[in-house]
Amino acid sequence: MTLQQEAARRPRGVQHISTGRRVKDRFVQGLVYLAFAMAVVPLVSVLWLVISNGLARFDLEFMTHSMRGIGARDAGGGAYHAIIGTVEQVLLASAISVPIGLLTAIYLVEYGNGGRLSRAISFFVDVMTGVPSVVAGLFILAFWILFLGMPYSGWAGAMALSILMMPTVVRSTEEMLRLVPADLREASYALGVPKWRTIMKIVLPTAFTGIVTGVMLAVARVAGETAPILLTVFFTDSINNDPFSGPQMGLPLYVFDQAARPNDTAIDRAWTGALTLILIVMLLNLVARLIAWWRAPAKGR
Amino acid sequence: MTTDTKIRDGGPAMRRSASRRTSGEGLFKFLATAAGVVLLAIMAAIAVFLIAEAIPALQANKGGFFTDLVWEPNSSQVFGIGALAFGTVLSSGIALVIATPIAVGVALFISHYAPRRLAGPLGYLIDLLAAVPSVIYGLWGLAFLVPLLREPSRWLNEHFGWFPLFAGEGAIGGKTMLAGGIVLAIMILPIIAAISREVFLQVPRMNEEAALALGATRWEMIRMAVLPFGRPGVISAAMLGLGRAMGETIAVALIFPATFDISVQILTPHGNSIAANIANGFGEATPIGRGALIASGLVLFVITLLVNMAARMIINRRKEYARAGA
Amino acid sequence: MSKQIQVSGLDAYYGAHKAIEDVSMTIEPRSITAFIGPSGCGKSTFLRTLNRMHEVIPGARVEGKVLLDGDDLYGASVEPVSVRRMIGMVFQRPNPFPTMSIYDNVAAGLRLNGRLPKSQLDGIVEESLKGANLWNEVKDRLTKPGAGLSGGQQQRLCIARAIAVKPQVLLMDEPCSALDPISTLAIEDLMAKLKDEFTIVIVTHNMQQAARVSDRTAFFNLAGQGQPGKVVEMDETSRMFTNPSQKATEDYITGRFG
Ligand SMILES: Nc1ncnc2c1ncn2[C@@H]1O[C@H](COP(=O)(O)OP(=O)(O)OP(=O)(O)O)[C@@H](O)[C@H]1O
Ligand SMILES: [Mg+2]
Repeated sequence: MTLQQEAARRPRGVQHISTGRRVKDRFVQGLVYLAFAMAVVPLVSVLWLVISNGLARFDLEFMTHSMRGIGARDAGGGAYHAIIGTVEQVLLASAISVPIGLLTAIYLVEYGNGGRLSRAISFFVDVMTGVPSVVAGLFILAFWILFLGMPYSGWAGAMALSILMMPTVVRSTEEMLRLVPADLREASYALGVPKWRTIMKIVLPTAFTGIVTGVMLAVARVAGETAPILLTVFFTDSINNDPFSGPQMGLPLYVFDQAARPNDTAIDRAWTGALTLILIVMLLNLVARLIAWWRAPAKGR
Repeated sequence: MTTDTKIRDGGPAMRRSASRRTSGEGLFKFLATAAGVVLLAIMAAIAVFLIAEAIPALQANKGGFFTDLVWEPNSSQVFGIGALAFGTVLSSGIALVIATPIAVGVALFISHYAPRRLAGPLGYLIDLLAAVPSVIYGLWGLAFLVPLLREPSRWLNEHFGWFPLFAGEGAIGGKTMLAGGIVLAIMILPIIAAISREVFLQVPRMNEEAALALGATRWEMIRMAVLPFGRPGVISAAMLGLGRAMGETIAVALIFPATFDISVQILTPHGNSIAANIANGFGEATPIGRGALIASGLVLFVITLLVNMAARMIINRRKEYARAGA
Repeated sequence: MSKQIQVSGLDAYYGAHKAIEDVSMTIEPRSITAFIGPSGCGKSTFLRTLNRMHEVIPGARVEGKVLLDGDDLYGASVEPVSVRRMIGMVFQRPNPFPTMSIYDNVAAGLRLNGRLPKSQLDGIVEESLKGANLWNEVKDRLTKPGAGLSGGQQQRLCIARAIAVKPQVLLMDEPCSALDPISTLAIEDLMAKLKDEFTIVIVTHNMQQAARVSDRTAFFNLAGQGQPGKVVEMDETSRMFTNPSQKATEDYITGRFG
């Protein structure tokens, strides 16, 4: 179609917007798509490199052996001690932060009534979200190890991690509790059930899956933290199953340690450690999201 | 018959349950309140114990803590935070400059450009970026990004060397502020994007329609109704990202070459930060050295605390404003 | 500055749901046309199809023809953006841009087509605010936020914003339903004045309002539950309210249903 025909077909009255405006609109659209692509490229690149480089040592020895007796340039060795350490530290951290976080969220939603204390807590929970993980580690170092004179241990690491978990648990639990409809609570009060039993029997069970999702996401986050355990767990090349005595290892710390060693066998182990770590973290994330999806229809009622 | 028993049991049963009710209620409320107070106490304790353990080292310091550039608490007992603080600010500044525009673009993409059905999953993809542990970004940066940046760095240095940031001679590329800044940018992008997306989605639909009804294109609508409304949210999101970048430790500990000088050359192997120095220096630290690291951590804590509190206040004010408008 | 709209055989859909069916009508220039009818019968939907605002809603689409002085608004090369520039819209709830001053709100649409000299912009803003009967109330505080005005003033601000770009047609979807009686009266006066210049279409649930301000009235109704809305009758307002030809119209106007 020629330009004249095109122009003739176009209604006289309805003018086109100026080319400048149209070009700008398209241009911005291009930029926005580009921004998204630029954000996804590193994710793909990271995942790809971790998988392709990590598979080389992703073997049984890696999963079942520690680094004990492995010389500076030796191949072999594994991350069993680190995996055990991470699992124990994360479980202990959850054991500390989940009760405190849950109760704090219950206070904020059910008892706070927007008073001064509850506003202060709410504000500092937000601020706590921004505490750098290395500072959490330094705090436990200063308080537990230097001030109280306790030894480096998995437990010390768990305390540092719990500081990072608490705000996340509080926020996600709070959000879930607020989703519980008020008439559900009122129906229970109307039956003469006291408030705390209503919370335990009605509110928490209703919000349960959401809370689990939030806790799992918090766990996924701290499972990958290196700096706090570097300062509190110290590290070791041997298996130490007891988180309450003596230095332990953690998977992220293992990756850091191996990555900083200047030889190829260590770098290989670092990649495999990274792959293991990413698998754990992504699995936790995925399961958390699946739980969230699974309960979504109930919310849509 | 049954009714009878019930009535007879009624009195004491009610009394008993009433008394148990109040004590249970009281205990529960006490526990909930105590948990909240514990949280506040932890925040206070962080400050108190960092200060307490930093003081001996600061007293033993033979240099000026805020003025000196060197960090030799283990040997000569001279240490100053100057170079580290500078590195922290510069690297997180680079990260912020790179991440904010991209994150705003991502947020707009999810909130206003992506097909509706895809917006959720694509947003999740960006959230996954935040789920990758920082040590893995460090490894990736070290093994992949640092070599990748070598050629572009040389090119930038050759053609734009007159610009102070790109200046420098000799070794160009490698473990640089640029590499660290890019890794930090990737790590803070997801939070900036997530918060910006939230505020962009809160823009009242009727304001967007008002703009469109005036004959605005999509971009003009965004400039007229979405960006002005979302600006405070984006600012505080960027500040939260800044706080994150300043506190990020392990990734930059692997990438920065741990030099102790002040240089704005982001293409030459210079760079360090408070957090990276803590991670790298902790292993060999003497008691004085540990105290010095704690003192530097205290500075980091105060800075990030201020940045975060400012960001939170902006967000909270916005929330009240949005509620009043609704 | 005022044009006629001719609609023929228009169907509108939200996804698979047909909201209105086979609407045909002529909307005369320099007059006020009112749409009345029970809730959910598709008045807003139809109004939005007149300036293609329905396209903002995902899944919404139309079939049929809308001609503006003979030009097809749904023609292949016609952009919705330019249609909306010629056919302005005022919404049910006043929606000034919350971050903008009164002045900037009025100037918002004008600034889309490039920069105007300040003096010219000032002139159009003043003229539009006067046109919306708001000038005297706000002339001393043009730089204050538009959200600080009363609801009725905000709605007139939105009208000023809409007429500042000099559209041919002004569509109003229940413009007074969020306002008190005094503000409603102010807007009704304004409409009577604006019809000298614009083609005005108004949706209203207020029978008295339709009777007071409009020249012609269209009555929309649903054929039944889940059925699409249709135009039952359209005529001179005076005839519609005194002597409607359809029983359903009479029932609705006299308040026997809806
Ligand atoms: N965004 C939408 N998505 C899907 N269906 C819609 C949407 N908006 C309206 N509908 C449907 O289209 C039909 C007509 O709605 P419309 O809003 O046009 O009615 P109305 O006559 O303006 O009602 P009211 O007097 O209450 O404003 C209704 O059945 C409604 O459910
Ligand atoms: Mg309507």
